[in-house]
Amino acid sequence: MQVTVTINGEERSADVEPRTLLVHFIRDDLDLTGTHWGCDTSNCGACVVLVDGEPVKSCTMLAATASGHEISTVEGMADGADLDPVQQGFIECHGLQCGFCTPGMMLAARALLDRNPDPSETEIREAISGQICRCTGYSNIIKAVRWAAEHESTTHSQGV
Amino acid sequence: MSTVEGPPTIGYGPMRRKEDPRFVRGQGRYVDDLKLPGMLHGAVLRSPLAHARIVSIDTTAAAAHPKVKAVVTGKDLEGLGLAWMPTMSADTQAVLATDKVRFQGQEVAFVVAEDRYSARDALELIDVEYEELPAVVDARTALDDGVPVIRDDQEGRTNNNIFDWEAGDAAEADRVFDAADVVVERDMIYPRCHPAPLETCGAVAQMDPVMGQLTLWTTTQAPHAHRTVYALVAGLPEHKIRIIAGDIGGGFGNKVPVYPGYVCAIVGSILTGKPVKWVEDRAENLMSTGFARDYVMRGQICAKDGKITGLRVHVIADHGAFNATAQPTKYPAGFFHIFSGSYDLEAAHCHVTGVYTNKAPGGVAYRCSFRVTEAVYLVERMVDALALELKVDPAQLRLENFIQPEQFPYPSKTGWVYDSGDYEQAMRLAMKMAGYDELRAEQAEKRARGELMGIGISFFTETVGAGPRKDMDILGLAMNDGADLRVHPTGKAVLGISAMSQGQGHETTYAQIVSEELGIPSADIEVVNGDTDRTPYGLGTYGSRSTPVSGAATALVARKVRERARLIAAGMLEAAPDDLEWERGRWFVKGDPEQSKTIQEIAIAAHGAGDLPEGVEGMLEDTCVYNPPNLTFPFGAYICVVDIDPGTARVHVRRFIAVDDCGVRINPMIVDGQIHGGLAEGIGIALMELIAFDEQGNCLGGSFMDYLIPTAIEVPEWELGATVTPSPHHPIGAKGVGESPTVGSPPAIVNAIIDALHESHGVDHIDMPCTPSRVWEAMQGNATPPQ
Repeated sequence: MQVTVTINGEERSADVEPRTLLVHFIRDDLDLTGTHWGCDTSNCGACVVLVDGEPVKSCTMLAATASGHEISTVEGMADGADLDPVQQGFIECHGLQCGFCTPGMMLAARALLDRNPDPSETEIREAISGQICRCTGYSNIIKAVRWAAEHESTTHSQGV
Repeated sequence: MSTVEGPPTIGYGPMRRKEDPRFVRGQGRYVDDLKLPGMLHGAVLRSPLAHARIVSIDTTAAAAHPKVKAVVTGKDLEGLGLAWMPTMSADTQAVLATDKVRFQGQEVAFVVAEDRYSARDALELIDVEYEELPAVVDARTALDDGVPVIRDDQEGRTNNNIFDWEAGDAAEADRVFDAADVVVERDMIYPRCHPAPLETCGAVAQMDPVMGQLTLWTTTQAPHAHRTVYALVAGLPEHKIRIIAGDIGGGFGNKVPVYPGYVCAIVGSILTGKPVKWVEDRAENLMSTGFARDYVMRGQICAKDGKITGLRVHVIADHGAFNATAQPTKYPAGFFHIFSGSYDLEAAHCHVTGVYTNKAPGGVAYRCSFRVTEAVYLVERMVDALALELKVDPAQLRLENFIQPEQFPYPSKTGWVYDSGDYEQAMRLAMKMAGYDELRAEQAEKRARGELMGIGISFFTETVGAGPRKDMDILGLAMNDGADLRVHPTGKAVLGISAMSQGQGHETTYAQIVSEELGIPSADIEVVNGDTDRTPYGLGTYGSRSTPVSGAATALVARKVRERARLIAAGMLEAAPDDLEWERGRWFVKGDPEQSKTIQEIAIAAHGAGDLPEGVEGMLEDTCVYNPPNLTFPFGAYICVVDIDPGTARVHVRRFIAVDDCGVRINPMIVDGQIHGGLAEGIGIALMELIAFDEQGNCLGGSFMDYLIPTAIEVPEWELGATVTPSPHHPIGAKGVGESPTVGSPPAIVNAIIDALHESHGVDHIDMPCTPSRVWEAMQGNATPPQ
């Protein structure tokens, strides 16, 4: 079946099996491999993307269900050479190590800051609590999101 | 540490990571990201049973699937001589089962298809008939009479014993225990857990049939060792094998072994002539790849006049169906004999019995240097048990029994020589940071109100950086590492190392080591790892060995280049080499500092026209192999504060104070990050993570719904402190650090839980993971062990 999405502002289309998961559609058919896959059970959140601005685990959604919707992935976060403050915050605060959970974490953070520009530590912990990081022990991820909140520019406050 | 400001620097210090720009843009190069022209996809059929004889395998329907290109069984591999492969412990492991399956999840057949969904579909079409056998699940009964022999593939085998191994002096320990005035005994289990890196294991194999060249992109912490294993397994000439690891999404020991899926991908590519990708799913990762721990221990500690005098332990070690433990050959129980810990004992002795069971093979270190985690857990639990018995403060008991600074280098009772340490300093810093006396006062107040608050202490000494080639090898390969360094004419440099980052930031840290030694900005140094065609030989990254071994090789190769630069500079300055003095970044004439040549000026001269001093080779590059004279012995003092809900028995880790001494710190930001991550994993192990089995050998921890991993909700804001006691034998005084937090934290957490529950509920031991149900049972006086 034909699935068409607007991904990072660009309309993309592919012919896929009806059972194709959104994560595989993004990775295998659209060749955007920044979205990762880490479990079969929607526990790890390595596959988080934004669908119409909301964080969604893309292994829990069929590509067909996403057809006609707007999807944001890590590849769309930067504006050319300008990183999103969330991306910059992860670099500044050592918020990543192996980098595997990072795209999903950053998109969840982006969605949080879009609805709550000044989140507390507890609010950040809750916002990323559906996602697993095996490397950082989370403290520096939380600092990275706070860094982004404090360095949010007007251009990025509109979302990715 | 908050944020890192300022431009890229020269030498040590906090510095933004060089690898981060690609990761934050989603441009990492993980194995599953690879897409080659014509690439096919593999999937593994696994055993649903823990122990069964294979009666027949019918692959007709699978082979007839329109998108299937090949179906491979153990019988097919037998024809190629590939049905079995060596493990890291020189045992053999079935690639695909031929005679029996020996654990649930074992590899039985391999399908290659046009896409990943079709490969999975075809697995359903394979019909395997099994004759079920009784499963051996409990390691404690694996050696009993009448228990089935799991490894009947080994000729003459009549039981499930793998090894018996001892360290220390049993007779001397008996004497010390007989002379003691108090002896305390505890049975404890360090249960089976799993490293569970967020990226599962996988490979893309590309066999070029014309040139006979195999390229394997794969998740490996030890690319060079894997290359040698494939040469041995497949009979491929080693110079025709190239291993590329790319970026690895976490390893923690899980990506040390060679797994059957990798070999199957290679076979699939040989059979089809196309590249074959195999990436396991999460259940496959948890159920079949290298687990960790699984030690059943009986410890005894003794004291005389309040002084700890002896420690002895008997261990039953569950190694699963194949002995695939990754550790130095000479040490079947790894470095468990570091179990005498940080204390000046009169005697210590351990006896470890390794057994086969019908469980997944492994015994890899989960962020732990070869069983150091189990050893530290044993000793730190035993010291706390003794403190309870003696009714003394556990911090005070430790302070009174530490090895003293002037005793280093300290020969331990089990054969180690600890390189350096100042234990009391670290302990007192941790107590000061925690506000230890205030915490005890708060606890007393809360106890009076019926609240459950616990303070737990752990003090660890590790042994990391394997190791000296005179007594450490894996599969006969010396545990040494190489480094080669090339300074380009324009003064930029490329360093090749055999260590393999799985997120530790080697591209940054190793550039900083070269920068410190040569004065070239870190930004101008590219670090290459994870490609066997571009890096020197070495055994890779695990057991906190990167900085102790590869880091040393890096510093030494930079010093060799610096000496070459001295000779060239002497020619340029028309001075004798001995008349030159080094200041970071330049050689200058002693007493005349204006007369100097920078490393960049020397680099262009080294490559340029014009004569060089007699006997000096052109170029500015060198290579080095580091054979460590000893391991390094990082240490630390950890204090954990827990609150336990009396109604639900849920343990809340309120505070965690970690003082680490890993010697000289190259990039303190990265060191702190390593400690954060290891502490979170320690909380997971202590409270949540467990690979359990039922009586039939069914794995009960095969998904992230069952194998629980801490999220941001379960961990506190970490409170870190540092002391710096350089390693005297390491070229830059550094020790390993990546595993210290996972080694040190579980006993601190368990000690805190017991501290919370002992006075009110009489709890004097509880096994991990301390889930609410197990803590609740302990509070009722009948906690069931995890296995």
